[in-house]
Amino acid sequence: MYALRKFVRLAIAIVIVSLLPFASPSSAQELKIAVAADVTSADPHFFNLFPNNNIAEHIFDKLVQMDPDSKMIPGLATSWKTVDDKTWEFKLRKGVKFHDGSELTAEDVVFSIDRVPNVPNSPGPFTAYTKAIIGKEIVDPYTIRFKYAAPYPLAPNDLSTIYIVSKKAATGATTEDFNSGKAAIGSGRYKLVRYVSGDRIELIRNDNYWGEKSPWPKVTFKIIKNEAARVAALLSGDVDAIEQPPIADLPRLKSDPKFTVTSKISHRVIYFNFDHLQRVSPFITAKDGKPLDKNPLTDLRVRRAISKAINRPAIAERVMESQAVPSGQLVSEKLFGHVLGLKAEAYDPEGAKKLLAEAGYPNGFNITVHGPSGRYVNDEKIVQAVAQMLTRVGINSKVETAPMGPYSARASKQEFSFHMVGWGASTGEASSPLRSLLATFNRDKGLGAVNWGRYSNPKVDYVIEQALQQVDDENRSQMLQQATKMAMDDLGIMPIHFQYTIWATRKGVQYVPRTDEYTLAFQFKQAPGEMAKR
Amino acid sequence: MLVYIIRRGLQSVVVLFLMSVLVFVGVYAIGNPIDILINPQADQQDRERAIAALGLDKPLPEQYWTFFTGALHGDFGKSFVHATPAISLILERMPATLELAFAAMLIAVVFGIPLGLWAGLRPNGIAGRTIMAGSILGFSLPTFWVGLMLIMVFSVVLGWLPSNGRGPTVDLFGLIPVSFFSVDGWRHLMLPATNLALFNVALLIRLTRAGAHEALLQDYVKFARAKGLTNRRIIGVHVLRNILIPIVTVVGLQFGALIAFAIVTESVFAWPGMGKLLIDSINVLDRPVIVAYLLIIVTMFIVINLVVDVLYSALDPRVRLTESKG
Repeated sequence: MYALRKFVRLAIAIVIVSLLPFASPSSAQELKIAVAADVTSADPHFFNLFPNNNIAEHIFDKLVQMDPDSKMIPGLATSWKTVDDKTWEFKLRKGVKFHDGSELTAEDVVFSIDRVPNVPNSPGPFTAYTKAIIGKEIVDPYTIRFKYAAPYPLAPNDLSTIYIVSKKAATGATTEDFNSGKAAIGSGRYKLVRYVSGDRIELIRNDNYWGEKSPWPKVTFKIIKNEAARVAALLSGDVDAIEQPPIADLPRLKSDPKFTVTSKISHRVIYFNFDHLQRVSPFITAKDGKPLDKNPLTDLRVRRAISKAINRPAIAERVMESQAVPSGQLVSEKLFGHVLGLKAEAYDPEGAKKLLAEAGYPNGFNITVHGPSGRYVNDEKIVQAVAQMLTRVGINSKVETAPMGPYSARASKQEFSFHMVGWGASTGEASSPLRSLLATFNRDKGLGAVNWGRYSNPKVDYVIEQALQQVDDENRSQMLQQATKMAMDDLGIMPIHFQYTIWATRKGVQYVPRTDEYTLAFQFKQAPGEMAKR
Repeated sequence: MLVYIIRRGLQSVVVLFLMSVLVFVGVYAIGNPIDILINPQADQQDRERAIAALGLDKPLPEQYWTFFTGALHGDFGKSFVHATPAISLILERMPATLELAFAAMLIAVVFGIPLGLWAGLRPNGIAGRTIMAGSILGFSLPTFWVGLMLIMVFSVVLGWLPSNGRGPTVDLFGLIPVSFFSVDGWRHLMLPATNLALFNVALLIRLTRAGAHEALLQDYVKFARAKGLTNRRIIGVHVLRNILIPIVTVVGLQFGALIAFAIVTESVFAWPGMGKLLIDSINVLDRPVIVAYLLIIVTMFIVINLVVDVLYSALDPRVRLTESKG
């Protein structure tokens, strides 16, 4: 018993000592950001995954970069032009130094592009952006030409996704060499100090950066996946900024003068896929529970009725707390291929009922609405709202949701009748959703890869394929708009809204928000007069 | 005893084999990881190439065979998303989890047993009743919620302790990174360890109380009192030693559970341990990591059970380690 008592005393002493307030050494110039998803590697070519790219954006540069509105701006290339329809020429910036001091030349660019398809065991390669290149020619150390098999307008867009690594540092390097930092030599604003998988990434400013330098000498990205914990980290001052605060916490953060909430419309559209196959659709039955002899969703009037039954402004305002804009098309306003004046379908439940009656379903039918859980902002709630709205016009709806893994596996095999997905136009163009979501599924042409509803309209296909070969920007923009209009009139897919990307920061730190959803340390600005604080 | 241990070892191998088959088939049934992993912009051919690169295009038995032969050589495959061997990924995260589990178990034992003993010796006192009432809370409050409340109180409102993450680490013996040598490390450890310990504190209180309560009525206690032994000796030696067997069992099993299922605490406190790795891996169907993780956990439970059995015989000479029939 005596020993026990001594033990208890010791334990209590330890507790008291460790509870003593202890100022953690934090330099005023360090920026700590809590990010929502795990960074799986520091190799910029290993895995085309948002959180990985988010870190790569700091360490590496690309030939073409994107501004906050997803417009292409010069990066390592100062200019680019077509030599002929099938050849693009890029002029490289002179005097760019890698972190190890060596100078960037066309050799490094060729090396980087060659490395992309050759990273072993890549679960998601960047090859979609490099495989169109059939030849590379180094004209001089600062001029490089890419040859394509067909007229190819998207060369700059494609190359805005490929990170340029140093040939010297990365020759023969494995993904693990990048993770350890040995090969992670770029020319970007930050140098990699430490990558601790599942925990944190530490960066230090590259003071020899060729462009505008970041205001933060030291940056730590902390991975905090749990959204409540992320908010707590901000509230307690452990981090200066967080991405994706939960919608439910926004009112509280906005009302607290110690914090700032910033948001911006994202390139991501939330939409529903219809089952377009001529078959007995798996999750649709007649009101009495008997199977229907055909798939009602193949009738445009039924699709239109569904679209009219949905009160998009209500979803945006209530379900999304105004962190979304109703949408009737594929890309948001500032993106290439946006159709001015193409509005979201107006809420019209009476019109919906009329159309259903016209199509031969005066009493509606039963349907199960499927959606992912935890993938998009408030995804389950959107699906529930849509189901309720459909029930109101006579389409009795049930809801089923699942985590993205099993969900996408089933959706991509056409196992659903009507289901929700999201799409980010990461190349900044309407061509991205058009070719992947609305072009007819065609393995050999590489079109319609994510066309899970199997929408197929030869007229739309024709315009998309023409647009994909149209090098002239003006013409291509018109064609993309035309294809968008045709596909939307036909309700190939049914857009709901563009979601906002949200950041929350402590007062004194401001974020310049981005369409492409990235959380970039160098875009956090220190508010004037805040330097002395902290 | 040796025969006993060998026999247990053989049984364990069968269990491990069955486990690996179950997990393999289970993860396979959920879906194809490439569907989640690959960037949506990739076309069909890129998709097929990625599937082939990870060996997922082969029939399941063949995939299992590849895994099995590799596992026999100690190679559990590389993580799909990290491109790092699954085992080293897990071992890299293990010290953090072990540290957390040890701290939690320490808190549980240091608080649970004395409090339980107190409540058992004075079941009708105010302190005893308060302790029991408190233990109900420890049982019934969800870890997740308690974790957030701890953060709310100690990090956000009072600002005493950091809300997340692990403190700076030092390499113990030059290879195991540990954080409990620095004050900052302890400050990071306090909240998650307390949160993880709470359930076990309650469990130990109840177990100890019940045991003590029962033991006090036994003849040997009466006899010891009659013999004139001091209260301290009766409780410290006779009672405690006799009620320790169920407690050791539970501590052993709970320790395993702490390591294996610290997941909730790890994610609330962004503690970079194995639990978080498991959840992340399940989310992206990173099969090599899931399989390796569960195999390690099963091995660990087997070892803990064995240690508990051996401890029994040390604590109670009547227990013999023989080939049991059950």
